[in-house]
Amino acid sequence: MNERIKPIVMPKWGLSMSEGKVTGWLKPAGTRVSVGDEIVEVETDKIAGVVEANEAGTLRRVIGAPDTIYPVKALIGVIADDDVPDADIDAYVAEYATHAAEEDDAQEAGPRYEFVETPAGRLRYARRGEGEPSVILIHGFGGDLDNWLFNIDALAEAGTVYALDLPGHGQSDKTVQEASLAGLSAAVTGFMDALGIASAHLVGHSMGGAVAARTALDHPDRVASVTLIGSAGLGEEINSGYTDGFVAAASRRDLKPVLEQLFHDPATVTRQLVDDLLKYKRLDGVDAALTALAAALFAGGRQSAVLAEALKATETPVLVIWGESDQVIPATHAGVLGTRARAEIISEAGHMVQMEKANRVNELMLAHIRT
Amino acid sequence: MTNNPFPLSRDQLLAAYRTMRTIRDFEERLHVEFAKGDIPGFVHLYAGEEACAAGIMMHLTDIDRIASTHRGHGHCIAKGVDVHEMMGEIYGKSTGACRGKGGSMHIADLSKGMMGANGILGAGAPLICGAGLAAKFRGDGGVGITFFGDGASNQGTVLESMNLAAIWNLPVIFVVENNGYAESTSVEYATAVDSYVDRAAGFGLPGVTVDGTDFFAVYEAAGEIVRRAREGGGPALLECKTVRFFGHFEGDAQTYKAKGENDFNRANRDCLKIFASRVTAAGVVSEAEIALVDREVASLIDAAVESAKGAPLPTPRELLTDVYVAY
Amino acid sequence: MARKISYKQAINEALDLEMRRDPTVIVLGEDIVGGAGAPGEIDAWGGVLGVTKGLHAKHGNRLMDTPLSESAYIGAAIGAAACGMRPVAELMFLDFMGVCFDQILNQAAKFKYMFGGKAKTPVVIRAMVGAGFRAAAQHSQMLTPMFTHVPGLKVVCPSNAYDAKGLLIQSIRDDDPVIFCEHKALYGAECDVPEESYAIPFAEANIVREGKDVTIVSYGLTVHRALDAAEKLAKSGVQAEVIDLRTLSPIDWDTVVESVENTGRLVVVDEANPRCSIASDVASYVAQNAFGALKAAPQMVTAPHTPVPFSPVLEDLYIPSADAIAAAVNKTTARALAA
Repeated sequence: MNERIKPIVMPKWGLSMSEGKVTGWLKPAGTRVSVGDEIVEVETDKIAGVVEANEAGTLRRVIGAPDTIYPVKALIGVIADDDVPDADIDAYVAEYATHAAEEDDAQEAGPRYEFVETPAGRLRYARRGEGEPSVILIHGFGGDLDNWLFNIDALAEAGTVYALDLPGHGQSDKTVQEASLAGLSAAVTGFMDALGIASAHLVGHSMGGAVAARTALDHPDRVASVTLIGSAGLGEEINSGYTDGFVAAASRRDLKPVLEQLFHDPATVTRQLVDDLLKYKRLDGVDAALTALAAALFAGGRQSAVLAEALKATETPVLVIWGESDQVIPATHAGVLGTRARAEIISEAGHMVQMEKANRVNELMLAHIRT
Repeated sequence: MTNNPFPLSRDQLLAAYRTMRTIRDFEERLHVEFAKGDIPGFVHLYAGEEACAAGIMMHLTDIDRIASTHRGHGHCIAKGVDVHEMMGEIYGKSTGACRGKGGSMHIADLSKGMMGANGILGAGAPLICGAGLAAKFRGDGGVGITFFGDGASNQGTVLESMNLAAIWNLPVIFVVENNGYAESTSVEYATAVDSYVDRAAGFGLPGVTVDGTDFFAVYEAAGEIVRRAREGGGPALLECKTVRFFGHFEGDAQTYKAKGENDFNRANRDCLKIFASRVTAAGVVSEAEIALVDREVASLIDAAVESAKGAPLPTPRELLTDVYVAY
Repeated sequence: MARKISYKQAINEALDLEMRRDPTVIVLGEDIVGGAGAPGEIDAWGGVLGVTKGLHAKHGNRLMDTPLSESAYIGAAIGAAACGMRPVAELMFLDFMGVCFDQILNQAAKFKYMFGGKAKTPVVIRAMVGAGFRAAAQHSQMLTPMFTHVPGLKVVCPSNAYDAKGLLIQSIRDDDPVIFCEHKALYGAECDVPEESYAIPFAEANIVREGKDVTIVSYGLTVHRALDAAEKLAKSGVQAEVIDLRTLSPIDWDTVVESVENTGRLVVVDEANPRCSIASDVASYVAQNAFGALKAAPQMVTAPHTPVPFSPVLEDLYIPSADAIAAAVNKTTARALAA
């Protein structure tokens, strides 16, 4: 294997993804690319996304044909410098298939999800990586641990990463014992207790950000840092059209336009994403949980808990990340902590910035966790 | 005061008479009004059979359920359905028991345990098994009574229901109101057994035949059967041999009846006359008290007809409502 | 959490969960327990194909074997529903409607309307539908149109285990009478089904495959045939959108019309006989309401206008095939399917 030849493969976005469809190349063969450049659009049955360059070089081969489905890890393109001979690249491509197949089984061996009993009920979580530090990913209102599917593996380079489903969400118990930030925060610390995690970096998205902030305020000794992504808890405004619409939607027709507000590019919302959320929303207890949380946290289109001033008074390191075109919580909230936090506003991204600009968000989070 | 030889108090006797008189006047008046052409569709009159409804229903409360027939006005009145609402329904008015959407053949009031008159002969028997099943699961002591005529007695639904009620020991009573005619066809022609008691026996049910023009015979037989069913003793059959003063429906020339048959029945087998003469002869109820009930009922029926005639028709939107609870 | 279970297990689980949740839910039918009064085992059958097996041990006498007496026990279920229970009656084969249809047509379906809105009849009648079992003319019919024709009834026909569970739970919680049609050829079909209770609302069709060239509308077993056809068509460059109606009354017209507005072509696949069928209903609705969007005449792929034959070679011809569906699509696209 020529180490100067770098593969572009069909990514694995989340554990359930087994294949993806190349929908179009954003860069033609022969283009020079830098790390982070968007190269090729891929659609899974759950979500549409963009594969970014992990290496700099020239896009020497475009292999994945548009509108064609490839298994995860299949070679869909090749990056190499201009001086690598074509013959070497052809040999690399020819050899690649067998190479990929060998790696397959080991990665699938671990369980997709685990469950743990906590005082807040039975919670589902995913775990990646090992060793210190611990990182806990906390999704937002109506979300679940799959909201981190582009992040969890990347963060596992830094330590042990946990992504949990909050009570009332995902596949955790649907009863929310206390529909408040304090109640959700207690669920997070209960989760930490149950898994023997003394202290962790908390990463929260949207409502999960407010939960992370609440936890940092109440248990500064257990929170090494917080990362707030498109976070609640930093200002009053919130788009009630989104929160109320999400609670009320009972059909694909109602839910799809609501979900489209989550993304900079509404085409990201696939049929399967809508169907999966509908399947969740139909479960007994979910409607009651979401209704109670929305009433407690976002009644009348105002956030009931603004923690910005309190957070400023702590010493916990804070990173704030926002998608510039966030339609749920305005990106202006990113600056409210002033010099107290590093704030990054990312263009061409909406509320689900950690999915839409995963590479950039992962970079920022890794740097934050490692300092 | 004289001794009361009847199983009912004076007030109860007057109540029974009032029920029968209300049914009679309701039906006699419909006969007149129908001929004027003001009443849509068709009506099947119960006149002559009042003692059956009154004698049985006096043992029931609102937790007990009945499934009635196309000839259901008497059952409705005896089960406590409001006479004004019934009349409104028969005139197709929005004030009707079913807001004008059911008509004579579908008057129902579930709050009174009246599960509906029914245009399908024999259809009430399976339904009342369901009522019995519900009562059994709830353990509320309720009973279900299905009425059917000698005609519908030959429906498979009735026969299947007798078997089902028997094997599940349901608190269900099958009442055959045998008025001798299935529409125009005689019971002798259409029914293979001489006695419905024999038919009940074929399903392992106790059966009793009574003179349906004798209120007291019906009342006493029904009392025993209802008590038994309420106590978990299971289903039974009661045959009431009765008479139908009018035709199958209004407009029926009744040429299939014997000459003078209706006159004979009115003279000799009128359950109201029989009842009144017995209670007055015994000195328990006075003729004046009977006459007072007659006057009160007459004015009730007058008022019901007046208000039905003057009541508003259903609005066009009613066409599309009440098909589903939610659709 | 979700795990793979069969359509049959999903139905069993829905009944179990609803019986636990609501004490007014009772289940009755022929041999649904099996062995009643017989000297051998109780729960000997759990239904003729074992769908209700094991429920008797959990819920005892709330499951009742009935005599072979459909008029009586279907009527009793309807009567009990009108008296506050939520009975689930199993009719075994929907073909047996012939012996109890009055109770469904003239009683359950009519109470609410003819009693002026004062009644409700929350009964579910479960029954097997469909061909493919070599069960011949009286145990194989797709009689769904006979029920969709009747105002007051709701008609449901799931195509997979997830839908079967969620639609049955909705059917039991629903306050109107529901005819719940179970395709016997799908009983073994597995898919991911959550362990929890969930209800799928009625009148919400499922787009099981997206495509831009033609809309294929179906329900029950033939959804899978339509998907097979769509796979074949994709190889020749035709992208078919496949819609599973899931509920036939009420029906999700909006999803059908929206799809046809995008594709301009409609093929309706129905295992019922063609006249006055779900297929003709959908085709006529689209012709009436989305005519301007149509680029070609709507096509229907249905069973022929015959009883269901016995001999396997004939029965296989009777059920709409993927090839017949693909051929109908090609009529609308006027493009030949690649060999």
